[in-house]
Amino acid sequence: MSFMQHDVPLTWYLLLSAVLFSLGVVGFLIKRNVITVFMSIELMLNAVNLSFVAFAYQWHEVKGQIFVFFVMMVAAAEAAVGLAIIIAVFRVRATLAVDRINLMKL
Amino acid sequence: MNLSLHLWLIPLLPFAGFLLNGILGSRLPRRLVSTIGLLAPFLSFLLVLNAYVLTSISAASCPGCGPVAAVALPYVETFPHPWIAIGGLHVDFSFFLDPLSLVMLLVVTGVGFLIHIYSVGYMAHEEGYARYFSFLNLFLFFMTVLVLADNVLLMFVGWEGVGLASYLLIGFYFQRDSAAAAGKKAFIVNRIGDFGFLIGIFLIVVNFGTLNFNQIAALLAHRAAWPGGVLTAICLCLLLGAAGKSAQLPLYVWLPDAMEGPTPVSALIHAATMVTAGVYMIARTHFLFDRAPIALAIVAIVGAATAIFAATIALAQNDIKRVLAYSTISQLGYMFLACGVAAYSAAIFHLVTHAFFKALLFLAAGSVIHAMGGEQDMRKMGGLRKKLPVTFWTMTVAVFTIAGFPPLAAFFSKDAILYAAFVSGTGGKVLWFVGLLTALLTALYMFRLWYMTFFGETRTADVHPHESPWSMRTPLVILALLSICGGWIGIERFSVYLNVFPAIGTHVAVAGSPLIEPILAVIAVLAALEGWLIADKYYRRKTERPAQLATAMPGGYKLLANKYYVDEMYDAVFVKPLFAVSRYVLGWVVDTGILGGIAWLLAGTANLSGMILQRWQSGNLRSYAAWLTAAAAVVLLFVFHVSIGTYLGTHGIDVQLNLHWMGHLQ
Repeated sequence: MSFMQHDVPLTWYLLLSAVLFSLGVVGFLIKRNVITVFMSIELMLNAVNLSFVAFAYQWHEVKGQIFVFFVMMVAAAEAAVGLAIIIAVFRVRATLAVDRINLMKL
Repeated sequence: MNLSLHLWLIPLLPFAGFLLNGILGSRLPRRLVSTIGLLAPFLSFLLVLNAYVLTSISAASCPGCGPVAAVALPYVETFPHPWIAIGGLHVDFSFFLDPLSLVMLLVVTGVGFLIHIYSVGYMAHEEGYARYFSFLNLFLFFMTVLVLADNVLLMFVGWEGVGLASYLLIGFYFQRDSAAAAGKKAFIVNRIGDFGFLIGIFLIVVNFGTLNFNQIAALLAHRAAWPGGVLTAICLCLLLGAAGKSAQLPLYVWLPDAMEGPTPVSALIHAATMVTAGVYMIARTHFLFDRAPIALAIVAIVGAATAIFAATIALAQNDIKRVLAYSTISQLGYMFLACGVAAYSAAIFHLVTHAFFKALLFLAAGSVIHAMGGEQDMRKMGGLRKKLPVTFWTMTVAVFTIAGFPPLAAFFSKDAILYAAFVSGTGGKVLWFVGLLTALLTALYMFRLWYMTFFGETRTADVHPHESPWSMRTPLVILALLSICGGWIGIERFSVYLNVFPAIGTHVAVAGSPLIEPILAVIAVLAALEGWLIADKYYRRKTERPAQLATAMPGGYKLLANKYYVDEMYDAVFVKPLFAVSRYVLGWVVDTGILGGIAWLLAGTANLSGMILQRWQSGNLRSYAAWLTAAAAVVLLFVFHVSIGTYLGTHGIDVQLNLHWMGHLQ
């Protein structure tokens, strides 16, 4: 407990979180496969979770940890729904490339 | 003794009749409709009679009557709840009975009831029977409110109401375009007069702080000097209102067109009662006019000008009702002339006799029209003397009355007006002469009507005239008797009874010339006789002469036949420009240009921005994601830069953390 406080400062956790988040953003932007895009979103969520936990630890606040549970729960629900949608789309379009899934375009 | 006259019932009974017939009338049998329609004015008339009797016997006239229940005039009936109370201004819903309003009420309800009876016969075969009677009752309601009002505002309520009833009844045959247009014309022209009346009311409120007639009179009597011009302005505004309602120059144009309504309506509203409201209003506010000599002179001039103007037009009209309409305008001009020389009693006296004989003339004309199957053109009548004896004889009485032959009613009243004009200074001589000339013209056009309708040969072969039913003949006979006897009260006794007016102008003996009055009377009768002789020559003995005369002077005849082109003039000066302004300025510039332009601009902006923004909706998931990320980045940058500047002192830790973090990034 104390060694972490001394050895690994908060800044490093936040930096890791920022790197993970940026990776998620980049993946979200450049990947064509829907599942990869989906995983990028998960990555961003978990990056945020990491900073929540780090802050909660730093300030001795339990709220941040509770938030992490909320985020995980939403992410789980989103994964269930999202995967179901992806499967449904795949059945109809026979593709997972996001560029080809543009039915809503005018 | 405190005895109630129940004045409130006098207007309320016709109103009940209006509601009953108006709501249920179309489902009731005709007999019941006429019973309701007749009962309301009859009961009102009885109440008025009751008021007259109760107020007359008190005046020591009946010493042997014992303890009679008597009521003194003036009598005020105030309703328990105040009507309007704004600041210092209090207006109550209260009725005021004095000899003036009593005389007026007798005429309105009495003649009104007779015309209701007549209507039963006249309207028997018409559509909208219940509608007709409900409107007629509505008119009586508003007219009695107008007469009984004890303040200017309540009078204005009745004033507007009779205008409404008049509009509804002129447009009674609303399927006919001309009737609908005539109704609108009457309403709009009256609106111009009402505008003047309203401004007058506002001026009274501002200057007197009250609208009650008696309080205004008391305030006037209290102060000798009044700021210059105020009273004249008030009176001129009131005169504009009176000119609108009483069809005086320049607002008379609606009355001839109002003849589109059923004939009993013309008799009741557009001859006997409503159009005299202007005269009544001036007489009611005489204390104002007495203090504004300029306004009074203008009243006299307007009256005299209207009298002769309308009489000349009547000479060349062929529609029997239009002749009578112009005759009404002319006679109303007489009444204004009398008001203008402060002979209010004479004006009211003529109002009463005029109500009798003009109602009679219209009802007789209606009987003729009824017999002719709706024909109103006198050129197609003729020789009706034998076929319609009752109508003929009653019409004869009316014609001789309006021409001013003794001992018929109008002789006395017209004589009183001419005398009052003659003795009212040098300007009065001119007014008297105009009045005399009008008397001659009146006799001329009335006897022309008489000859063209009843004498000579029948000019249409296929019509079989028949005498009207008893319900139409009875009012004719009663009104004929009243036209004969109505003047016998005498102007002296009448003005004594009408003690509300100051005794100037009316029969104040002019020093040294007691002979003036009989001489003037003889001159007036001679003028009427002259008119008769001319009519006799042109329309009985040498019937081809009028046509020759018309061709000899085509300009003059056309001018008269087309009513001096006043309608055309108003059309060109007011109506056409108004339509043009409506169409081009309001319609094109304001509506299409400004309002439409603004709407077009708003719609165009929305449309254009939509067209630009729709490029954003590419349908490509990754482009959406890119925009989302870019926006989030912008927000983040914004928050950082702002928060560093603003929150530095208060939220030191956060900012330090941010700075710290950013420092590590670099």
